[in-house]
Amino acid sequence: MPVAAPRISLAGSGALLLDAAQGAFSDLVQHRVWAVAKAALELEGVRETVPGMNNLLVLFDPLALAATDIGSQLTSLWTEADATGLVGRQHNIPVAYGGAGGEDLAGWAVHCGMTVEEAVRRHSTATYTVAAVGAMPGFPYLSGLDPKLAWARRGTPRLKVVEGAVIIGGAQAGIMPMTAPSGWHIIGHTEVKLFDPGGETPVLLRPGDTIRFDIASMEA
Amino acid sequence: MIEILTTGLPNTVQDLGRPGRLALGVSHGGAMDGQALAVANLMLGNDATAAGVEVALHPFRLRAHVDTAIAVTGADCRVTVGDRPYPSWWAMPIHAGETLAVEAPRAGARSYLAFAGGLDVPVVIGSRATDVKGGFGGLNGGGLSRGDRLALNPAQCLLPTGGIGAAVDERRPAANGRTNLRVLPGAEFDAFTPQAQSAFIEAEWTVTNDANRMGYRLSGETLSLVSPLELLSHGIVPGTVQVPSSGQPIIQLTEANTCGGYPKIATVIEADLWRLAQAPVGARLRFTLVSGEEATEALGAQRRWLDSFATALNPTRRPG
Repeated sequence: MPVAAPRISLAGSGALLLDAAQGAFSDLVQHRVWAVAKAALELEGVRETVPGMNNLLVLFDPLALAATDIGSQLTSLWTEADATGLVGRQHNIPVAYGGAGGEDLAGWAVHCGMTVEEAVRRHSTATYTVAAVGAMPGFPYLSGLDPKLAWARRGTPRLKVVEGAVIIGGAQAGIMPMTAPSGWHIIGHTEVKLFDPGGETPVLLRPGDTIRFDIASMEA
Repeated sequence: MIEILTTGLPNTVQDLGRPGRLALGVSHGGAMDGQALAVANLMLGNDATAAGVEVALHPFRLRAHVDTAIAVTGADCRVTVGDRPYPSWWAMPIHAGETLAVEAPRAGARSYLAFAGGLDVPVVIGSRATDVKGGFGGLNGGGLSRGDRLALNPAQCLLPTGGIGAAVDERRPAANGRTNLRVLPGAEFDAFTPQAQSAFIEAEWTVTNDANRMGYRLSGETLSLVSPLELLSHGIVPGTVQVPSSGQPIIQLTEANTCGGYPKIATVIEADLWRLAQAPVGARLRFTLVSGEEATEALGAQRRWLDSFATALNPTRRPG
């Protein structure tokens, strides 16, 4: 199936946003986003590329390159880029489900109309893909959540959700790389560090990586 | 070595940030008014990228424990070294044991202090800047406290007692609390009602108390969409003006989340971001729509302005 050409808009003095979203998130479109993000870094005057969910932000030097020029080059790349190449790493994330580190687990199971055991079984048997990294350092936007496990975000975000919290927000799953405010629901906790500013590779997860959540423990 | 005597936690070690890492979720960060810090550094013979202090909460006082030189730029403040008064946008010597004081701004919001040689704090993810949200960089990842001591990199900087000043008339923050900002229409500009579009441009906006390095929340007329809009998360740049369901805009700034999902009515052009850095709480803002060409022209003028300092202050960089 062909992937439609993206809508391109000027997102700043030196930024273009390529938006290829057509309703719900598409894995097929996302493979193209990753490929164009990589290829566009080779273009003269391009400074950075930021994959989003079925979209791509491209930052360039507007004094070196006109927005219209970079726009047409990106349109060509969108058509031509080889979207089959990216092979990510696989990560296993052990999760302590429920208890003090997963205070929304029971409420989530009730919302999904299943037992806690069933909700955890479904959450831990799916394979998730890191579609994009962003918002805060190392935060993965994960696709692949069982639609039956989706739960709209809280009306009022919590001011503090701790690093390592395993969370659900709408149709997305996530993990907190640092302690920060969040409106997502907390179903468990992991000790795996996603962001280490002093480390050689500060960010663990990259677009294209896949994730499995393993049950380290469960406390309803 | 310098020792902090009077400060508030919003005051941080900053340099020109860590661009190039948005795809890791790491904000550009760095000085909110990057040109002011760059000029302060250039006046001392430093690289423009050396680390200094961003003062967002005045007064600020420090004591030098060595003979060195300091430049103060940004907001229009009364500056004293010992009992010697100086204007802002000035570089001057300071002797061991002397105190430097930067008083509350007469205009503007943020002062920048550069030090001969630059502040010697560790480089974290390519920069010495404090990322307040992420809690890394700068001095232990946070704001400055009374009693903090900061080491300086070794440097030679000989200035006359009277110091040297920078001619920066075009960079003086507006004294009347009104700031005009040039904006590009955002991707969802046309999704707002005609009333919202004209209100955005014609009405005045006030910077609320909720204004920091991540962004400024504004208050004014309520901006409505023609119909509700669901956007998937996408990368954003500093200057992006988002409108959440409250209808009150938020301008995302240097430490903003790197991705967002709210509709974007506009983007403040890069060349005008310093004006926002110098707009205090309560400042009134007006937006003017410009074209991409005008935005680029303004950026070019700003870079030439900065280059002229680099050339004038460091003759080895003079072309020819």
